[in-house]
Amino acid sequence: MARKLPHKDVVVIGLGWTGSILSYELCEAGLDVVAIERGPWRDTPLDFQPYTAPDELRYRIRHELFLRPAQVSVTFRNNASQEALPVRNWGAFMLGNGAGGAGLHWNAETWRFLPSDFVLRSHLTQRYGANFLPQDMTIQDWGIKWDEIEPHYDRFEYLCGTSGTAGNVKGAVQDGGNPFEGPRSRPYPTPAQKQPFSHTLFAKAAREMGYKPFPQPSGNLSQAYTNPLGVTLAPCTFCGFCEWFGCANYSKASPQTTILPALVRKKNFEARTECEVVRINLDSSGKRATGVTYVDTSGEELEQPADLVLLCAFQLFNVQLLLLSGIGKPYDPTSGQGQIGRNFTHQTVSGGIGFFDKDKFNFNPFIASGAIGMCIDEFNGDNFDHGPLGFVGGGYLGQVQTNGRPIETTPLPPGTPAWGPQWKQALRDNYLSTVFCGAGVHASFYSYRDNYLDLDPTYKDRFGRPLVRITMDFHENELKMSAWLTDKFGEILQHMGAKQVVKQPRKGPYDVTKYQTSHLCGGAIMGDNPSNSAINKYLQSWDVPNLFVQGATAFPQNAGYNPTGTVGALAYSSAAAIRSQYLKNPGPLVHA
Amino acid sequence: MTSRPSRREVLAASAAALLLDPNPADAAVIKDALPWRSGTVNPPVGATPGPWRFFTNEEAAAVEALVDRLIPPDAETPGGKDAGCAVFIDRQLDGPYGSFEGHYTEGPFHKGTPEQGPQSPVTPKEHYRKSLAALDQHCRETLGAPFVQLPDERKDQVIKGLEDGSIKLDGAGSFWKLLLNDTQQGFLADPIYGGNKDMVAWKMIGFPGARYDYSDWVERHNERYPLPPISVKGNPDWSR
Amino acid sequence: MPDRVHAGRAALLAVLLLAPPGAVADNQDFSQIERGRYLTIAGDCNACHTLPGSGKLLAGGRPVETPFGNLLAPNITPDLETGIGAWSDDEFVNALTKGTGRAGTRLYPAMPYTYMTKTTREDALAIRAYLKTVPAVRNPVRSNQLPFPFNIRLGLAAWDQLFFTPGTFHPDSRKSAEWNRGAYLAEGLMHCGLCHTPKNFAGGDTGRRLQGYVLQGWFAPDITSDRRRGIGGWSVEDIATYLKTGHNRVQAASGPMAEMVMDSSSKMSDADLRAIAVYLKDQPGGSDQASASQPDQALMKTGASIFVDECAACHRQNASGVPGMFPTLAGSPAVQSTDPSSLLRVILRGARSAATDAAPTAPGMPAFGWLLSDQEVAAVATYVRNAWGNAAPPVSSDDVAKARSALSRRSD
Repeated sequence: MARKLPHKDVVVIGLGWTGSILSYELCEAGLDVVAIERGPWRDTPLDFQPYTAPDELRYRIRHELFLRPAQVSVTFRNNASQEALPVRNWGAFMLGNGAGGAGLHWNAETWRFLPSDFVLRSHLTQRYGANFLPQDMTIQDWGIKWDEIEPHYDRFEYLCGTSGTAGNVKGAVQDGGNPFEGPRSRPYPTPAQKQPFSHTLFAKAAREMGYKPFPQPSGNLSQAYTNPLGVTLAPCTFCGFCEWFGCANYSKASPQTTILPALVRKKNFEARTECEVVRINLDSSGKRATGVTYVDTSGEELEQPADLVLLCAFQLFNVQLLLLSGIGKPYDPTSGQGQIGRNFTHQTVSGGIGFFDKDKFNFNPFIASGAIGMCIDEFNGDNFDHGPLGFVGGGYLGQVQTNGRPIETTPLPPGTPAWGPQWKQALRDNYLSTVFCGAGVHASFYSYRDNYLDLDPTYKDRFGRPLVRITMDFHENELKMSAWLTDKFGEILQHMGAKQVVKQPRKGPYDVTKYQTSHLCGGAIMGDNPSNSAINKYLQSWDVPNLFVQGATAFPQNAGYNPTGTVGALAYSSAAAIRSQYLKNPGPLVHA
Repeated sequence: MTSRPSRREVLAASAAALLLDPNPADAAVIKDALPWRSGTVNPPVGATPGPWRFFTNEEAAAVEALVDRLIPPDAETPGGKDAGCAVFIDRQLDGPYGSFEGHYTEGPFHKGTPEQGPQSPVTPKEHYRKSLAALDQHCRETLGAPFVQLPDERKDQVIKGLEDGSIKLDGAGSFWKLLLNDTQQGFLADPIYGGNKDMVAWKMIGFPGARYDYSDWVERHNERYPLPPISVKGNPDWSR
Repeated sequence: MPDRVHAGRAALLAVLLLAPPGAVADNQDFSQIERGRYLTIAGDCNACHTLPGSGKLLAGGRPVETPFGNLLAPNITPDLETGIGAWSDDEFVNALTKGTGRAGTRLYPAMPYTYMTKTTREDALAIRAYLKTVPAVRNPVRSNQLPFPFNIRLGLAAWDQLFFTPGTFHPDSRKSAEWNRGAYLAEGLMHCGLCHTPKNFAGGDTGRRLQGYVLQGWFAPDITSDRRRGIGGWSVEDIATYLKTGHNRVQAASGPMAEMVMDSSSKMSDADLRAIAVYLKDQPGGSDQASASQPDQALMKTGASIFVDECAACHRQNASGVPGMFPTLAGSPAVQSTDPSSLLRVILRGARSAATDAAPTAPGMPAFGWLLSDQEVAAVATYVRNAWGNAAPPVSSDDVAKARSALSRRSD
């Protein structure tokens, strides 16, 4: 029988980006907030020294900052005809753990979606006709419009100090920015990062080819910045140890560098780390959350009662907790009924390699940041005519190579032996003069009837709870799109002056061993009514109104951009609604 | 020097940073102030010098011979053996990597599709032990000598056989991938782990190592970066 | 309305009418108790009288390091038996301003009565009034933990004769009211010199006022107007910002100064902090010049390499630092301190800077003692002390070894 703890106004499950944003906002509203985080506390000077942080083996290869699958994992199969098997060691995605969540070890690529992304089904149907979309594609409109979310994008960017060049300010297109972006209310808080050689060369080639390149919006700051919470970040020094790593000099936007120093000072905030929430508790009606049960560091089960529950545990674990807690109806792909677990998506990334003359080109690939890059957006979303192409979706293209870490950066010309003297020589000859961009194409991943999450019937976690089961495969649409976009990317590499270009389009089947970003989305999607979604536009559960489900679980499909900017914006939008409406009148905020 | 408190130490520590103490003890509960413990470092677990910790002497000799063909010495750069790749592998197998620590190791174990990832319960330690024994047996039976005693061309042929699958070692289907991966990682990882001795691999390719500041170099396009590599443990050349 | 508020208002009125201009806070709305609370914060009584982590305000028991051993600060809550609840107002004022305890005993000057003697009786009574309102805690403290012969208080009479000049603050009519307010606080309640003025063999202040002193494993730096080793290069704004937030454009407070800023100066009024800054800017530096000898060039070369490889990622290649985050090293008084104790401590053990509401980030410097040998620390410390126009005595690997060993015996 779990020991019951004193009541708190709010319990926040997970202290990543959304957990930190919501905790701060609700503390500001005067509520008593406790955040329960499964992993350890992490902080810059204790955990990441400038001499210990840049260690590829430790952090990139041995995954030291990530969740251990032994603690909790998932199972995977491509389709229902297979038996799902455990992901015994991470591959296709990396799951964070500890204070800061994925926000600690991300690249800090801080994008906004397109206005059309939020009304995707309406938009595509209007332009191409309903028959243009594959029959089993289950994309839908989000239930929120650009004008509603724009101020919250702004808020997240000004929290982070995002470095970028605006492309469209209040409808006026700006030189040097992304001409396709939705109108923003003001420019970025800090200027774009300086760009290294190969990234600049990509932009030059793109420009010559008639594209409009712009710097990738970066949460690795170009200069020191103090955000509205009074927390200060320092300028990025291009160390090239960004994604997978913690930042040692306060220059990567993370909960640690933007929120936690101010949050921890609040008398009404407490974080309990190394404690895992195992269940969201409901009252007998099943329509009201009474708090959570969690396991503390001694292994004891404790019950934390609260009036408001914020589920901020990352996409996969949000879904796991909803299913294990009996919230909402689990999705059944056969009947199409049930919202929890459906519309599970990832990201369609691909890229290419450009081999250059080593006597003419020295790229110093190790000089980079996580969100460095020059990009073009001509082929994202519906920015181009899909009519003749036979697919929908798109992505940004860019030279966004973030590092030259040697274990990962040994691209060799095709035909080079995998070992021996020629291997060694090729390594020597190509390291400095190769553009190796595995995510040069960062494209959408639309949703399908048969890509979903549910609970595995066989495999359990250390508490004996079923693991989440992923059923996922690529569909023709995404593979066609990837091939087409990767061709475009290859053309630019060629135009840069590469002597040899190797294109690496994404190929099926979906492979859980090959890393393709950790941008897992969907599973508890937002929408305008309970028949098509799990949560409303404020991320409030239709089933349990005092539960708000944060994060990319809300995405009905994934767009051609990194999701964190949108995750942050939705969190601020949700927080605003809770503060201005919900707290005054607890109950459903949207009546469908 | 205080190293990063272990989970056990954190568990034992008192709860809650209390008022009026600007340096609260490390705790699982974080309240009022950011934790701080003077002298805290978070160093890696590097390779300790000394005798083999996992490999028997025979196994080590075989692995040294293997890595020295996978990455042969040349006029400019040492081979895998002198670069310490075998030491790297030995220390890694002796650590969490060798035992699948942190992996999901619950059964049942079924072989799935390649897309479902490795499902074998055979740990890297077990894999090396079995495969090296099998390699030894294969070489003795078919070539009349253990691997280490074969001339280089013969060694290369054996390795090619592992690579293309024509040599099937008993119970060691994926040993080739494991060995190649570990060898190349050892060559290119920070020297604190036992390989990449004196940062030879980094010097070879022009990677400046565990540096953290290139602000003055971002816009120096197409220029050679002049400074030598440094490791997580610093630069032995500082006082030279 | 409670009696004490009536009494407070009467007292305030009396203070307004009778007190000399320099001694009155420029915020006239305080009741005596609120004023006392403010003054208790200014005097940072917590720093000695509250045991960290105990949650028991001013209940004593915290070890106070002196050159002669440790004392335990007494319980100054109103507990009748173990605190000062039974003391008369006069006894309290005498303790604060004359260094006498009850029944004629003398206090050790670790209790900075040598500074607090400047406090007006009215201010002392305000503090007393506030102290009467903190929760009474039963906590018997045996203060005298000094080893023989220092534990014999008889010698204190002689010590006081030699090193203590009692008496309330007298404003200097040649200086502004602001200066005098700063002087009243800095020379009095805030007892800056207790940490920052070098001591003689007996632990009394030398004449080299505010020119720096080693205690608790830190060198409390020179805070005179010396341009190289003191804060002569700081503006009034710089000093006030530092006291308010723990940071300014060039420096960050860490160690005991961070504690002081967080518990005391960050909670004081902007006007008072400016006054202190004005006062400090006017304090003369020492007459001795920086060492003219050139440091060993090989050591400088090694130090430069280490700096480029390991320090520049935060402090920048040109040592300009990042305002509010990473201190400037070029032209830094902390770096050029005659005594390198703080510099070595920060390199070997790291340091977390002050966290205040105005500046909550509290950036931390990590410890480099794991990475660098004694010789390497000596090299980089010598380098930063002598590069970019800096000039300060070099540091030897022996110095580093000693510092490392001394620090290993400290838990803070």
